[in-house]
Amino acid sequence: MDKQQEIKNVAQSLNMKPYKKGWNSATHDRSYVPRIELQTQSSKLVDLETAIMKSGLKDGMTISFHHHFREGDKIINMVVDKLAQMGYRDLQLASSSLSDVHAPLIKHIQNGVITRIQTSGLRGELADAISHGLMDNPVIFRSHGGRAAAIENGELHIDVAFLGASSCDYLGNANGYSRSGREKSICGSLGYAKVDAENADKVIILTDNIVTYPNVPVTISEGDVDYIVLVDEVGDASKISSGAIRDTKNPHDILLAETAAKVVEHSGYFYDGFSLQTGSGGASLAVTKYLREAMITKNIKARYALGGITSHMVKLHEEGLIDKLLDVQSFDLVAATSLKNNRFHQQISASTYANPFENGSAINWLDVVILSALEVDTEFNVNVLTGSNGVIRGAIGGHPDTAAGAALSIVVVPLIRGRIPCVVDKVTTLITTGDCVDVVVTDQGVAVNPARPEIEQRLRKAKLPIMSIQELKDKAESVIGKPDSLVFGEKIVGVVTSRDGAVLDTIHQIIDEQI
Amino acid sequence: MLKSASAGTLESGDIYIEVSPIIEHKIDVKLTSIVAQQFGKRIKQIIIDEIAKRDLNGISVNVVDKGARDCTVKARINAVLNRAMDTEVIKWD
Amino acid sequence: MNKNRLRRTMMFAPGNNPSMIQDAHIYGADSIMMDLEDSVALAQKDAARLLVYNALKSCNYGNTELVVRVNPLSTPYGMQDIEAVVRAGVHVVRMPKTETAQDVVECDEQITRVERECGREVGSTLIMAAIESALGVVNAYAIATASPRMMGIALGAEDYSANLKTNRSKEGIELLLARQTIVVAARAAGIDALDTVFSDLNDMEGFANEIKLIKQLGFDGKSVINPRQIPIVHNIFAPESQQIEKSLNIIRAMQEATAKGSGVISLKGKMIDRPVLLRAQRTIDLAIASGIISKDELYGYEVENNG
Repeated sequence: MDKQQEIKNVAQSLNMKPYKKGWNSATHDRSYVPRIELQTQSSKLVDLETAIMKSGLKDGMTISFHHHFREGDKIINMVVDKLAQMGYRDLQLASSSLSDVHAPLIKHIQNGVITRIQTSGLRGELADAISHGLMDNPVIFRSHGGRAAAIENGELHIDVAFLGASSCDYLGNANGYSRSGREKSICGSLGYAKVDAENADKVIILTDNIVTYPNVPVTISEGDVDYIVLVDEVGDASKISSGAIRDTKNPHDILLAETAAKVVEHSGYFYDGFSLQTGSGGASLAVTKYLREAMITKNIKARYALGGITSHMVKLHEEGLIDKLLDVQSFDLVAATSLKNNRFHQQISASTYANPFENGSAINWLDVVILSALEVDTEFNVNVLTGSNGVIRGAIGGHPDTAAGAALSIVVVPLIRGRIPCVVDKVTTLITTGDCVDVVVTDQGVAVNPARPEIEQRLRKAKLPIMSIQELKDKAESVIGKPDSLVFGEKIVGVVTSRDGAVLDTIHQIIDEQI
Repeated sequence: MLKSASAGTLESGDIYIEVSPIIEHKIDVKLTSIVAQQFGKRIKQIIIDEIAKRDLNGISVNVVDKGARDCTVKARINAVLNRAMDTEVIKWD
Repeated sequence: MNKNRLRRTMMFAPGNNPSMIQDAHIYGADSIMMDLEDSVALAQKDAARLLVYNALKSCNYGNTELVVRVNPLSTPYGMQDIEAVVRAGVHVVRMPKTETAQDVVECDEQITRVERECGREVGSTLIMAAIESALGVVNAYAIATASPRMMGIALGAEDYSANLKTNRSKEGIELLLARQTIVVAARAAGIDALDTVFSDLNDMEGFANEIKLIKQLGFDGKSVINPRQIPIVHNIFAPESQQIEKSLNIIRAMQEATAKGSGVISLKGKMIDRPVLLRAQRTIDLAIASGIISKDELYGYEVENNG
């Protein structure tokens, strides 16, 4: 039998196809065009409207975004404006978070373009409007780990992800930094975006900086990317990341940071090879600075720092005090640049960071986490989402994730902010449950969860000002008086989920009473 | 005899109070506060009580509160009333 | 009123600033000084006085000593300041620009009058005199002994150096005589000596050097204008472990003597007299305040305090 016939027979018997000349899996014929030229003809590179149409997006579907561009983001407003223009309605917007700059979404909500939102947080006018009952459907709030898990297990299904990038090559390899020298802005880690890129049905990269292939080392791989849109500006560079965050000059924050550093030092978790995460707020950020002194004096190095990476962490890493950095979000330019240049400054996805269903999640291997809060109550529950006036004004972020995973969770909060008590009888909204919170550090005393008597013993021995959480709450109240209760309406405007996607708490509409 | 006067600042933790005489026989208090829901009623009451202690009537009070505690509210309302009434000798309680 | 207490740091709070007045004590200074004088504009003297009055009456300052710097009696404000703060229960009235013993006597008389009028224990309000001129330095001992209310004399370097027709330097040599005179006068009178403010918050090293200097000169403490300065002063004033050890031995010897009912305290064959005992107590107080030892390590020691 001739070879061709044999091949046909074997193919058939194995349920495979026989080779046919001319067939080619690539998107172009085997071409002799020099590749530097050929790549510019990439069929992935289209305008926004075309990308949206080709993605198959329909009314009622879910679109997603990341918040690595923080207050400088232009992507969300740009995309939703276009979707509104194209006549889309009833969309669910699932961003990893939302901020002040997204106030223009209010009119899109009023016009029915966006009818459901899932996010880690809300701020500014948008948050205020939603708190006062703007939406018919409650906003679903998820932690970073919770969102990653929900996306991966299909609970939160993303139809089209619109992901901004600081650089992207013609084939879709995208990064939050650039080596072209022509970038307009950088954000560093794209940790939250990675989950969307790997799980969404369709992925559209929006960039203001197209670079030549291959844009490696790479964050979002071209294999996950369907379309690329070249935009004027992905965001306002100065608001995406500033220079190194300046140290707080607020004496309350400084006192908090010094006390928190002492707590870490004497907690029993300050050993050579420990691991650490801090928040980005004034006091928790400054803790790193005070810990550094103790690390140098006692010759203690950290195995890794996680977060939320700041210039403080980078400094310690480059000094050899922290071996490795695991970065899900780079808070400033120094961190973003270090991510690009330092070999052991590793970008991780939100899932690797905090997926509640993975034992290997980075938060599970943390010794110490330093967190901030809006309110802590006498059961050590924490609220980081709603202000004391009931209005939404923050984000869950990785708060419950890190608190659950770390061996020692420290919440740092002033006893009083203005005339608002931060240690209360019951939190306005439950975000992180008290069983995950070990120590509450205020500027007027430190309370240790009764479930950790060994920690209390160590801290008392170190002569830290220990008192019960009840005493802290009473102190706050005796100073500013007992506040009147807030008036809430019947309508539920927000649903807070726990890490595993269950309903943990509800946020009601706030009613402004005339006094 | 009452004249218009003010006391306090708009700094955090302070309370700014303006008073002026009005013809109607009432004490009219307008309050804006960053903690209106939680402490608005209480602040208003302190102000009304201090005015009542001086047997005053026909007074309009405009208040901008930036989270002042009771002692600060009491201090500022007394300061502005002393200024409005040109009080020479202070009665300390 | 306790004349004999730690005064390592006195935290300054401008009298017309509610946030600073109400929070000054949370940073751990031994005392706070609410100011009605130079940091308050003339047009706001009345408002500041009311703020300080109400704060003293209703805020809980824990164990922090409460000092108010009043305006001079020669101004329209001084008398009203004294009326207000004595009635409000202030611990110490700080007199600015004290030049003669007579200044103190006049202030004492006014305080006595107000104490009587408001039913406060006569003599319970103490006086701290700030010396801010050449004449004040010359009269330091007279000022320090001018009244039983006197608990301390302090240096005000800005006005003093201007009065000398020189300016302040980093090393402060122009202040040396004033500093030493104030310490000597205070010791001779049995009261505290307190040093002036250091205003450069960007020079923490310079600040620490100045603290070491004034500690060596014999000062009991210093005015501070920012919470960051407080731990630096407290660390430098913390006693050495050797000193603490010695003092603990003395205190224990006293406790033993008391237990035995003996009026004579002896340690290693040597008799311990009262000044040594008081110095040991002061060292222990400092050690406790600095967090080096805790009260329970001392099981209830008590030295008779006759002021």
